[in-house]
Formats: sequence, C-alpha cells, structure tokens
Amino acid sequence: MDWLNAIVQGTLLGGLYALFAAGLSLIFGVMRLVNIAHGDLIVLAAYLGLTTTVALGVHPLLALIVVVPAMAAIGYALQRGILNQTLGDDLLPPLLVTFGISVILQNALLEVYTADPQKMNAGALETASFDLGGLTLGWLPVLTMLVAIAVIAGLQWVFYRTPLGRAFRATSDNQDIAQLMGLNKAHVFGLAMALALAVTAIAGLFLGIRTSFDPSIGGGRLIFGFEAVIIGGLGNLWGTLAGGVILGVAQTIGAKIDPGWQLLAGHIVFLLILAVRPNGLFPRVAA
Amino acid sequence: MNLNDYSVTRTTREARIAALIGVVVMAALIAAPWWAGRADMRLLSELFLYLALASLWNLMAGYAGLVSVGQQAFVGLGGYMLFALTMFAGLHPIVAIGLSGVIAAAVSIPVAALLFRLRGAYFAIGTWVMAEVFRLVFAQISALGGGSGSSLPVDIVKSLAASRSGREALSYWLALAAAAGVVAAVYLFLRSRKGLALTAIRDNELAAGSLGIDILRAKFLVYVVTAAMTAMVGGLIFLQKLRISPDAAFSVNDWTAFVIFIVVIGGIGTIEGPIIGTLIFFALRETLADLGTTYLLVLGAVAIVVMLKAPKGVWGFIRNRFDLQLFPLGFRVRFPEKRKGD
Amino acid sequence: MPEPILNTRGLTAFYKDFQALYGVDLSVDQGEVLAIIGANGAGKSTLLRSIAGLMRNGADQIAFKGQPIGALRADQVAALGIALVPEGRQLFPSLSVEENLLIGGRIKRPGPWSLEAVYKLFPILKERRNQASTSLSGGQQQMVAIGRALMSNPDLILFDEISLGLAPIIIKDIYDALPGIVGGGMSAVIVEQDISKALSVSSRVYCLQEGRVSLEGATGEISREAISRAYFGVE
Repeated sequence: MDWLNAIVQGTLLGGLYALFAAGLSLIFGVMRLVNIAHGDLIVLAAYLGLTTTVALGVHPLLALIVVVPAMAAIGYALQRGILNQTLGDDLLPPLLVTFGISVILQNALLEVYTADPQKMNAGALETASFDLGGLTLGWLPVLTMLVAIAVIAGLQWVFYRTPLGRAFRATSDNQDIAQLMGLNKAHVFGLAMALALAVTAIAGLFLGIRTSFDPSIGGGRLIFGFEAVIIGGLGNLWGTLAGGVILGVAQTIGAKIDPGWQLLAGHIVFLLILAVRPNGLFPRVAA
Repeated sequence: MNLNDYSVTRTTREARIAALIGVVVMAALIAAPWWAGRADMRLLSELFLYLALASLWNLMAGYAGLVSVGQQAFVGLGGYMLFALTMFAGLHPIVAIGLSGVIAAAVSIPVAALLFRLRGAYFAIGTWVMAEVFRLVFAQISALGGGSGSSLPVDIVKSLAASRSGREALSYWLALAAAAGVVAAVYLFLRSRKGLALTAIRDNELAAGSLGIDILRAKFLVYVVTAAMTAMVGGLIFLQKLRISPDAAFSVNDWTAFVIFIVVIGGIGTIEGPIIGTLIFFALRETLADLGTTYLLVLGAVAIVVMLKAPKGVWGFIRNRFDLQLFPLGFRVRFPEKRKGD
Repeated sequence: MPEPILNTRGLTAFYKDFQALYGVDLSVDQGEVLAIIGANGAGKSTLLRSIAGLMRNGADQIAFKGQPIGALRADQVAALGIALVPEGRQLFPSLSVEENLLIGGRIKRPGPWSLEAVYKLFPILKERRNQASTSLSGGQQQMVAIGRALMSNPDLILFDEISLGLAPIIIKDIYDALPGIVGGGMSAVIVEQDISKALSVSSRVYCLQEGRVSLEGATGEISREAISRAYFGVE
C-alpha cells in the first residue's frame, strides 16, 4: 500500500511538472526557442502571486486573475523587445540571452524579496484531503493535476482548433510563407510567449502554494520541465503530461527508498529514457 | 600583375609584437611571488583559473558549437577527485590533479554519448542535468562529508610545501601554468588540422561536411578533452580554497554563468576574447563588488546587450576596427603594395 | 492610359553580398496578365519576392497603387492586396488542406473568393479538405497554393513557376483555370521558364537577364528571335 501511495502521490506531483513543462514545450514548438530563464519566470510568477495575495488580501487562486495577464504581458514584451532579435539560424544568441535574463531575474528577485524562503497561504486547501480506496489524497495535488489536464487540453484546443493555433503552426512550418499570409511573425511569436507565460503563471502559483520558494530555485524548475518534455517526446503536449507523471513517480519512489534519492531518481530515470528512447516515449509522428 | 607579388603568411607584425609583450608579461607574472603581495597573488590566481575555464568553454561553444551550461560538473568532479585521491589514496595533490583529468576524460565519454543525443539548445540543458546528477551523487558520499562537504586535511596541504609562502607561491604558479597551458593548448589545437576543420564546421557546416570532415567525432573529441582540462582546473580551484562542498563545487553561477559572461563580453569564437573578457570581468568585480546583487544584474545586462548589439564581443569590435589578430590561426594572403603592370 | 497598379523603379536586391537585381524598371497595368521570362538565375523569383515584401528593398523602388511599398514587411504588403504563389508550392505541412486555404483567407479583403469559390474552381480539394496537405499530389498541392493566394482576394497575384515539376496534363489543367482567376479584374504576374506557356496567357512580357530587363513588349509584337536573344544574351 505504501508503494501504491508513492505512485499515486508521484502521479499527482507530475501534474505540477507538466505545468512547468507545457510553456517550455509550446515555445519550442512555435519558434524553436529554448528559454533558459523559464524556471526563473515560474519563480517570478510565484512572487507576483505572493505580492498580489498580500496586497489585495485575496486567496492565492484568485491571484491568478492578476498574475496570468501580468505574466502574459511580460511574455509579449520580452519576446518583442528582446527575444525576437535573437532568433535565427545561430543557436548561441537565444541561449546566451535567455541565460542572461535568468541571472538578471534571479538577482532582481533577490534584491526585491531577499533570499528568505516564502510561501503562499492557501488556507484550508493546503491540508484538506479525502480518502479514496484506502489512500489519502490531498485536494491541492488533485486540483493541480486537474488544472494541468485542463491546461494541456486547452493548449491542444488552441493549437489545433483555432485561427491562433493555425497561425502558430503555420509560422512554425515556414516563417516567410506565413508572413505572406499576413502574419507578422514578431507578433505571432509575441503571442506564443504570452500564452506560454500565462501557463507559467499558473505553474508558479501552484508551486508557491505547494512549497516554499526562494529566488534561487528557478534552475531546478527549468530542469524538471525540460525532463518532462524530453521524456514525453518533443512536440507532444499530452506526452509532456506523461513525462511529468513519470518524473514525479520516479521522484516519490526514490524518496521512499532514501530521502536523499528523490531528485537523483528523477534524473536517473530521465537519463535512462534518453539512453533507450532518445526521442522520448511518445514522439509526435512525423506528418 | 603576377602571382609572385602575393605572399601567404600566417604570422603578422602585430602578432610578433604581441608575442614579445607576452613573453615580458609572462616573465613578470612568473616573478610575482617576489614582488606581489599575498592578496594580489590570490586575486591573480583566481583570474588565471577563470581564464582557463573561459578559454575551455570558448573552445566548446565558440568553435565546436557545443553550448554547455553544465561545465560545473567537471569543475566539481575535479575538485572532489583532488580531495578523494589525496585523502583516501594518499596521492600527492599535483599527481591527484593530473589523475583527475584522466578520470574526468573517462567519465565524460559515456556522458557525451548520452548528451550528444540532444540537439542544440536541449544539449545545453542536458549538460545542466548532468551537473545536477554529479552534485546529488557527491552529496550522498558521506566519506567526503555528504551535503556539508569537507576540508583538505592539514598534512596534505603541508605536503605541497613546508612553508606557507612556499605553498602560496606554488599554487600561484600552478594557476598561472594552467591558464598559460590551456590558452596554448587551445591555440595549438585550433592551428592543427582538426582545429581548422572545426573552425570550418562552425563557419559552414555544409561545406565542412562536403570536405569529408567527421563533424561528430571532432565535437566528441573537443568535449572529452575539455572535460579533462576543466576537471584539472577544478582541482586547482579547490586546492586554493582547501574546502569543498557539493553546492560550491557544482555551482552553476560560479563555474558557468560567470564563465559565459566572460566569453560573451570578451568575444566568443576568438582566442583573445576570453583573455579580454577575464580582465574586464575582474576589473568590474573589483570596482562593483560592493554593489552585491546589483553587480550581477549589471553583468547580465551587459552580456545581453553585447550579444544583441556586438555578438563578437569587445575583441571582435577591436579586431574589425584595426584588423588585428594576436593569435594567428589561419593563413592570410598579403596583397602586393602596388599593382604592377596595369 | 490606365494607371499602372504596380511599378518598380531602379529596383535592386541583394542576398548578403550577392546582388540579384540591378535596377529593374517594370510596370503592371490594372487587370493585365504580365509574363516574366528568363533563364535560371536571371532574377525572376527575386523580383517576385521583392514585390511581395520578402526581400529588403528601398522604400521608393516599388509602388503599389501609387503607394511606396518597397520597405514594407510581407504581411503589410499582403494586407494591401498582393498575393504570391511561391515557387515549389510551399504549403504548410502541419496544416490540412482546408486550414491552408483558411490561413490564406486571414486577410479578409472584399471580393469573390471564398472557401466555396476555391472548391468550385478545384473540386478535388473539397474531397481532400481534411487531409494533410503533404498527402496530395504535386498538381493538387499547386491548386491549394493557388487557392491559398486567392483567399485574400488580392488585387495583384504573383505566380512563381507554377508549372515546375508537374506533369503536362496537370499544367494544362492549371493554365486552363487561369482565365477564370484573372478574369474578374485581378492583375497577375506570371514567372515561367516555359516561355510558350507564359506567352499563351499574357498580354505583355518582360525578359530578365542577369538581374536586368533585357526585353519588354506586347506578347503579339515580339519575335521569337528577339526573345531568344534577350533570353540567352547572344547577339
């Protein structure tokens, strides 16, 4: 039963990792950009959530109403102001510029919020739980998983069922020809980053409700998101959810063997999958 | 006009002058223990080790197109190997550092085999994952102090040299030798057939492929050699610090972020760039250190601006202005002074 | 004399250090079908790419309906009413047939073309509307590319090598459809290697040679000899 419990808890943890990963996967899909600052943007969202809950005295989940649009706006501005200039055939500029943004964000957060760990107070939601077939499930992890499923379903719908998604796919296929269709790629990329950071805002808030956070933890969140993307297979959003779950289960089982093994077990599973299935478990079938 | 008017040359007048200045500066630096204070020597040692790390990272990213944000894996591995080999195998520290290079090379082969499956930017994050794995593994080894780390025992420190000033001079010379050795090795490698091939790959992958250059093997070789040398530099770093912990040994900020900023600001893909970048980095640090985190904010912003506005960095800017090349790599055709006969 | 809908003056274009166009002067009249012929590398595609906004050109080098458009981006040019059917079709592989057409209709200019109108012109596309665009034959893909360009109801449509790589019977089908496309007052520029095809549908012709206009005139008034001189540059 202990083991089953570890697997179930790990599965639910995977919801959070899928939220970390979804934005990363989205922007890679649209513009082949790998954003090293992604983890720090998740942490930024958590801090924005903290400030909103403190300033307005609202529940952290209500803070989403403020943080989601704020992060989307930051995403659009970041893309049009800086990141669009880095896109091209050369790999270095986007990597190094997002790396620079990561360092700037980390230190700016340190300056504003200090290095002290913070946590958002979500009241009863943090501890509320229910029994299911002998297992005790926390409402918060269950809610996180449900939100992750909803977010991925939503992204999937936007991508494959709406004019915006069509624009994303067309621009990803061929930027010049997309431009001929009246799509301004700078704007399309801006919208993609806005959408990605809107998802990041949700990820940041659930992170901040679940655990304490400080400005230095962004790198770790980037890595979890990245591992979920690669395990699931590039370009496959549902695969990303599966990747998050596999990572989460690996970590909780590792932690059950020895608390020091939690993170290591996740990384090892990632490396094993990379060794055996370099394209991930569910790579999108080439059209 | 006939062909004899042209001459093909590798060296330039500037390069000869630079070499002469270099010899003088090296002589002065070797003599530092007799003229510099204790604090200055510590600072210079640190500068040399950063220069070595920067030159190595530049070789990977600027020439082989392997952008790693996980070189702290090998810095930390080298540091820990120094501690482990001296404490448990009783080796002399310098022997331990040499051996740690061999170990790092051996470790880097399976690591590269895995990471080379990731393309481009994902390779970069993959290297970071690997560094995390190293950090977590060493945090589990209780004989090396686990998560809190350990100090180098006094008798091992004393085995370097009996007197404190002797030890300081020796570790200074080791750092200087590391920097000079790495820069020279990178220079000679890039001048070699393989090195020129690598530059050709960077400048035009298609053309290089059609020349029959085995791109992957050249990159693999660079990764392994860089790992070995980075680990030896890591050993020297922690020989200076005399204390190691997983967080310090595998710090992404200390061993990768700073190194990347140095190379980007100085000029990526040039041998001179890391040298200039290291000097700028230390000049900034010594003047802005009091600002704390603001200093890092400024550094990050400067690196972004340089990457966007002057992607070849300070050295690239100087080189374009004055057509200088202090470490001549390729051959140049010297045009005749005056066209005759037309 | 009708105002030309498009003209270029001293148009130059570069790919990095390589100059592809050396001062091209050209005009397209309202409602006419213009052919541009020339050997490989003469600059025909570069000329169309320049007009469509995919190259960097001087602002005043291209004017559309009297407005300088040389410095505009392709999406801005498209919004003004110029559509390009690019060489090699270049459909979006991630999009279905219908989605390719719909994205062509992103710019909603008033006019006769709609999804229904395109399906009426090329009925086979309606059958295949939900298939991946990559699953179609070359000729069908070309129909999608043409339909995609028509969806925005452009005033000027540019065709770049639409017969390239297609079977003669398919080429005939596509050229048979052209009058129905340009009959409604739309102006067209057709770039072709196949001279006789180009001449059969156009009223005027320009010949390009090494980035310059080497011949210009009404289709009926130019002799074969003049064309081959202008085409190959033999005197």
